[in-house]
Amino acid sequence: MTVLRVMDVHAAYGPIKALHGVDVEVVEGEIVALIGANGAGKSTLLMTICGNPRASRGRIEFLGEDITHLPTHEIVRRGVAQAPEGRRLFSFMSVVENLQMGAVSADPRHFDEDLERVFTLYPILRERRDQRGGTLSGGEQQMLAIARALMGRPKLLLLDEPSLGLAPLLVKQIFGVIREINTRDRVTVFLVEQNAHHALRVAHRGYVMANGRIVLQGTGRNLLADAEVRRAYLDGGR
Amino acid sequence: MRARAAAPPSVDWARALKDAGLVAGIVVLLAIALAGFRIQDESGGPPLAYRFNDVVAAALIAFLGRLGIAALRAQRAVPVLAGALVFAIALSGVLVFGADEQLLPFQSTVLNGTIALAAWMLSARAAWLVWHAASETSTEVREARMDRLSAQVQKLAWWVGPLLLGLAVALPFLPWADRRLLDIATLVVTYIMLGWGLNIVVGLAGLLDLGYVAFYAVGAYSYALLALHFDLGFWVCLPFAGIMAAFAGILLGFPVLRLRGDYLAIVTLGFGEIVRIILLNWYAFTKGPDGLSGIPRPTFFGLPIAREAPEGGHSFHSFFGLEYSPVDRIIFLYYLALALALLTNLVTLRIRRLPVGRAWEALREDEIACRSLGVHPRNTKLTAFAIGAMFGGFGGSFFATRQGFISPESFTFLESAIILAIVVLGGMGSQIGVVLAAILLIGLPEVFRELNQYRMLAFGLAMVAIMAWRPRGLLAHREPTVRLYHGPPDASDGGPRA
Repeated sequence: MTVLRVMDVHAAYGPIKALHGVDVEVVEGEIVALIGANGAGKSTLLMTICGNPRASRGRIEFLGEDITHLPTHEIVRRGVAQAPEGRRLFSFMSVVENLQMGAVSADPRHFDEDLERVFTLYPILRERRDQRGGTLSGGEQQMLAIARALMGRPKLLLLDEPSLGLAPLLVKQIFGVIREINTRDRVTVFLVEQNAHHALRVAHRGYVMANGRIVLQGTGRNLLADAEVRRAYLDGGR
Repeated sequence: MRARAAAPPSVDWARALKDAGLVAGIVVLLAIALAGFRIQDESGGPPLAYRFNDVVAAALIAFLGRLGIAALRAQRAVPVLAGALVFAIALSGVLVFGADEQLLPFQSTVLNGTIALAAWMLSARAAWLVWHAASETSTEVREARMDRLSAQVQKLAWWVGPLLLGLAVALPFLPWADRRLLDIATLVVTYIMLGWGLNIVVGLAGLLDLGYVAFYAVGAYSYALLALHFDLGFWVCLPFAGIMAAFAGILLGFPVLRLRGDYLAIVTLGFGEIVRIILLNWYAFTKGPDGLSGIPRPTFFGLPIAREAPEGGHSFHSFFGLEYSPVDRIIFLYYLALALALLTNLVTLRIRRLPVGRAWEALREDEIACRSLGVHPRNTKLTAFAIGAMFGGFGGSFFATRQGFISPESFTFLESAIILAIVVLGGMGSQIGVVLAAILLIGLPEVFRELNQYRMLAFGLAMVAIMAWRPRGLLAHREPTVRLYHGPPDASDGGPRA
């Protein structure tokens, strides 16, 4: 079953066009990676799915429903969770309070269970539960951002650069957890990454974006082996 | 930095002199306009008298004081101590023993006293530096220290709060509680309540509202008009007044809450003025500048607190078989204000633990993150606006019933500014901070009412002092509203809120 279907979506920031007709499809249970260079429009696509900026043309469907013109909070309440770029934690609120904010649109009866679930996923958050979000390390903040998004029991998790600015060991850990969320909790994941190597290894399928268009798509393994992709995104231009 | 062994750094005298000269220049500019002229009332004489002596004296004192501070920074404490001490002793001596008045720098005793106080403070600081190793603490260190202190105060809050509460409840029965003190206390408690109400909007939800007095006015006029036209009592009208004010909050909030920061502030400022001007001009409804008088007093469960019982009924003292005392009413009003304030506080504390309260705080921090979590930003802000306005309305009803007379003059921008100052200076979002700031800003100027026109100096001084030493408010520290396992608070969580 198709969870997310993006059809010929155009979007712009004022006069600057960022997306020129993007088509993406995410099927239930998948991890789909979107890779591309800086400024290719990856983050814009994620944000357009959430309604900000709005798609100027095209159509976005979530579980068969047209969400193109819904306000952000309505889209989120339908089961799309986003861990936005730059994490955007509530840095003066404690870890638990951040997680409670993640659960605002969820059924409060699930709260304890969900809390236990993310604490099992990220034991470090249990240790830090009363600490302020802003005093966590970069890796812990990223974990908290993902955990917060998971608290709403999303059907689709959108991750924007989860490995940005993290040490290699932490990057590995983050991707391990993404895989675990996907296999154990059956959450469909659509992630945007510059770290193409890790992203494509964990993803079932991938899209490559350049200049606001999808230029290549395929299974994660095929894209990893693709000479074009290797040259542009993996071998560091050597 | 303990630099006792090393030689003190050389003083850059040219720079210090230039700096002191600049300060003296600013003082001259300010003082010429503020103190240099005096309007004379005598007929026949010139309309203006000149007081350039005062200007020169002010500039000279500012120059010397600034030099002293510069020398202190360069760790030359001994000469400063000597100079400031001589100056302070001489000035205080002349002030106390009333020797030759010609020696005093200013004509006003208050100004002279202030200068003497400043000199004493400078010498105390110099003395401190002479006896202790000079330790120039950086701003960050000082801030961190104050933050730790305020964190401790917040931790103490669970017994400081009840202590203050006990004191507030016992206040009317304390031996030194006279009518005047109770009046001041009632005023302070009213402002505490307004501060707590505005704290919901500004402190928790982070919406800068410069027109809070509008809701205060709506509450006051709602009560007064309902009571006068429909002959309803205070307790019946109170919820209506709150609802009306909340409704006004929603009415204002609906179109403007998409604005942010400065823009929202300007619109709310305008709204506050619009309400006042409507009250002033809609004569048929509000009696305009004449105001509404004869607003009924509140009753104690239907028992009026008055000397004369109504026809065929009881008044408070006759029902309980007590001796009538005119202070009764004052005490009753005080307790009424206290009860309303406590209601505000209880609701705020409770609501902070609810999802909507947490969403307010989260919205203040990051609206985009909130949206991406499914929070409806406008509705959430609207609830903050409406609840804050409701308490403003309660405060307004109390004001109307206490005064017995209201007119648009009571609801000027200055009121909004004072309430906002209480919230900001208390430390945004801190409940105890609001109490301290209200006592400082409302109580002190009232206590110093004898100082007449210098009363506002106390207000200004308190503001400047807080802004200089605690730019983020007296108690700027936020405690999490939830702890999962009630363990000891995490020691690493004392960081400053940047």
